Amino acid sequence: MSGSLCLVSVRIEKVDLPGIGTRHDLLTDGGRRVSVVSHRDGERDLALFDVDDPDASSESVALTDDEAAALADLLGSSVTMSRLTSLAGDAEGLFTEQLALPTDSPYLNRPLGDTKARTRTRVSIVALVRGDKVIPSPTPAEVLRPGDVIVAVGIREGLDLLARIVANGPD
Amino acid sequence: MHETTLILIEVGALLLGMSLLGRLALRIGISPIPFYLLVGLLFGEGGLVPLDASEDFFTVGAEIGVILLLALLGLEYTAQELLTNLKQSRTAGLLDSLFNALPGALLALVLGWGPVAAVTLAGITWVSSSGVVAKMLRDLGRLSNRETPIVLAILVLEDLAMAFYLPILAALVVGVSLLQGAVTVAIAVAVVAGILFVALRFGSVISRLFTPEHPEPLLLGVLGLTMLVAGLAAEVNVSAAVGAFLVGIALSGRVAHQASQVLTPLRDLFAAVFFVFFGLSTDAGELLTMIVPAALLAAATMATKVATGYLAAKRGGIGVPGRWRAGLALTPRGEFSIVIAGLAVSAGVEPRLAPLATAYVLITVVVGPFLARIPDTVWFKQAVRRRRLVGSA
Repeated sequence: MSGSLCLVSVRIEKVDLPGIGTRHDLLTDGGRRVSVVSHRDGERDLALFDVDDPDASSESVALTDDEAAALADLLGSSVTMSRLTSLAGDAEGLFTEQLALPTDSPYLNRPLGDTKARTRTRVSIVALVRGDKVIPSPTPAEVLRPGDVIVAVGIREGLDLLARIVANGPD
Repeated sequence: MHETTLILIEVGALLLGMSLLGRLALRIGISPIPFYLLVGLLFGEGGLVPLDASEDFFTVGAEIGVILLLALLGLEYTAQELLTNLKQSRTAGLLDSLFNALPGALLALVLGWGPVAAVTLAGITWVSSSGVVAKMLRDLGRLSNRETPIVLAILVLEDLAMAFYLPILAALVVGVSLLQGAVTVAIAVAVVAGILFVALRFGSVISRLFTPEHPEPLLLGVLGLTMLVAGLAAEVNVSAAVGAFLVGIALSGRVAHQASQVLTPLRDLFAAVFFVFFGLSTDAGELLTMIVPAALLAAATMATKVATGYLAAKRGGIGVPGRWRAGLALTPRGEFSIVIAGLAVSAGVEPRLAPLATAYVLITVVVGPFLARIPDTVWFKQAVRRRRLVGSA
């Protein structure tokens, strides 16, 4: 799988701020640094860093709980979307498919991990769409619900196999 | 007029005046501490209008103020944080103590005040004000900067060092014999280490004594425990302030968070009373004679603080502008310097320490916040850039 699109490749650094809270830094591909300062009292600051002076923040925005959650949602779902679109366009032989979970699927109300999708089919499940909610990068513990749509990326054969597995089980 | 009535009038008028001055301080962007000290000077010995009726109130209030200042400081940190910082920033802490304590000690010796006063003045010049510096970093929007953890680590280590320094000073100022002094210091250090160990191991048990849900019992409980431990600590010569600090360290999690919320207003009140009290007990006339040594000392030790922060940030891999920011942010001295001076003066060590410490803290705490803003100015940034260009050419 193309690694540059994986969340794992993003470097996030955690630093303790004694008496205040913690700071998480994200270094972008373009060399810019974005930080989130989490105060002990739940307040958060989003900070952008100076191009000239990489040690200093040029702008810092205080966020309430709700605002932080909303921003995270916004970024989270747009990441999923941009992954999907960029994948479909960029890579030869790689496809994105949205598989609706059949109502009689053996995996209904079971954790996603039970499908062993990655091992069996070499396909990556990048998101679950549940109603109008997107669950980006679902963990193996995420339980599949009726009406879920599985968003998967892989080669044609793998995706077909996955469709068969979620419909009828491994055999 | 009845005595209690007079107390109400005096304290009320004073607090009202301090509130106005506090607003003025906020307006010009400095800590209100210098204003509180000045209020005390104005009304104290040799001042304009002596306050008599409320003297007892200020004496007891100041004592509670010190305890609350330290307890709240302790609540900010967990024992784990103290240990991690001790491991990671030992060298910076050591550098800090050498650079900043020595000038104070030297001045006391030059003035011929003797070794105990030298140890006292060393402490006064050593410790930056964690309260003032942390607030400054917040106000200047530097919490996310990369040099900030280094600045905070230095503050943490200084506060931790105080847990050992204050008991030693407390033993020294009593003026006991060398052997007796050594025994007292050993007891003090053992007690501090013991409480720290308990805090580290059983902090959660102590925290469970209180429920964070109900503010009133929490307030009374934490205040009670703090004053009790502070009193017991003072009884064995460990200094009340350190006892309070350690109680703050021992509490953790949600209890610590809630406790600091309910105690903060009380701290603000009694800490202000403490600063006024210190001003009250300082002779305003003496202050003028101490201005010159205080100014020299302030200039020297602000320079050494800048060097401390600069070098610590350099060791931490921070660029040149960040090093200056770290150094210049550390210069204000405040509550600890006054606590140290108060401890020594009340025990009868060199009375001129009080006016010297007052003038010294006044200067650093007023000048410091302006120094800290220098790295944000355009000309500073340009100067750094020019030097970089010259250096690379």
